[in-house]
Amino acid sequence: MAFLTDRKRAEGLGSAKTGTDHHWHMMVTSVALVGLIPLFIFTFGAVLGSPYEEVIAYYQRPFPAIIAALTMLVGFIHFRKGVQTLIEDYVHGFARKALIIAMICLSYSAAAIAIFAIVRIAL
Amino acid sequence: MVQLTLPKNSRMTVGKTWPKPEGATNLRKVQIYRWNPDDGKNPSLDTYFVDMDTCGPMVLDALIKIKNEIDPTLTFRRSCREGICGSCAMNIDGINTLACIYGMDEIKGDVKIYPLPHMPVVKDLIPDLTHFYAQHASIMPWLETKTNRPAKEWKQSIEDRKKLDGLYECVMCASCSTSCPSYWWNGDRYLGPAALLHAYRWIIDSRDEATGERLDELEDPFKLYRCHTIMNCAKTCPKGLNPAKAIAHIKKMMVERVV
Repeated sequence: MAFLTDRKRAEGLGSAKTGTDHHWHMMVTSVALVGLIPLFIFTFGAVLGSPYEEVIAYYQRPFPAIIAALTMLVGFIHFRKGVQTLIEDYVHGFARKALIIAMICLSYSAAAIAIFAIVRIAL
Repeated sequence: MVQLTLPKNSRMTVGKTWPKPEGATNLRKVQIYRWNPDDGKNPSLDTYFVDMDTCGPMVLDALIKIKNEIDPTLTFRRSCREGICGSCAMNIDGINTLACIYGMDEIKGDVKIYPLPHMPVVKDLIPDLTHFYAQHASIMPWLETKTNRPAKEWKQSIEDRKKLDGLYECVMCASCSTSCPSYWWNGDRYLGPAALLHAYRWIIDSRDEATGERLDELEDPFKLYRCHTIMNCAKTCPKGLNPAKAIAHIKKMMVERVV
């Protein structure tokens, strides 16, 4: 990589022509979570410490179940995109790509487990 | 991976303490980063004592006095001495600023002066700004037009000209970019606040006809979207500009193209 001009180094591989979708999705999920998180805390807090049967019966009602499912889904999508940004900031080279793949797997797995649990209780 | 410690050859050592000037009563202790590429030693922090009764009010005055009267080997950039050229940008008392417009009386205690952070050092207080300038050049900091050149001048309304206020005043001192953690970690790809402020200056220029191409070139997870609105740039800018706001406007325009 010797003898590269300064301009060549600054231009790098050029623009990826992407990034706005990521930025927009982060904004949309942030706004969604502003509403969902208080609703989730409110509904989850209502049965916190209650007997098992009462909690099951509560989460068989549509509103708490849908709020919990949406919070998990939107939360993990937001988490996946946010942590990707974090990894891109601090990790370079192959480790960056490996960590992003691992983080995407973790996020979608956690979201799937949460949705499965809620569906199983609710239905 | 991000580096949280300095490489071995960059670690600071205690430098020379220069003798106090004789007969002076109003002394100010000034500690300055020193590094010479020719002696093979690690950087050090030299200590000088400046007689403030015979020194100008600004940090640059003290540096010039030290160079003239105490240590002629001290190396730093300076030119206009009034905040217009941007040459004397350095880290003074923990903040990136211009030595020529930063008063010694604004600093409590000892005066500590380092080169701009996280840039390769050429010597003492002189950072290597080659990449920074090349990034500025890459955003095409000039008027791009497609329409045939008018007979006289490209006209601009007073309202459109006002949109350039707060942008055109940038003197490219690099204080903002070198205060930005995102630029520290990813400066090879992230354009940094100074280059992006200049990019926005041309994007919103009513006479420029390359708005789309300029936005295309910036749409990149690293070139633009490494900005996380940390705001160090706006806090440190010695000219009182707000690069973070300019970057936010660029992001807003990007979204407007999509949604």
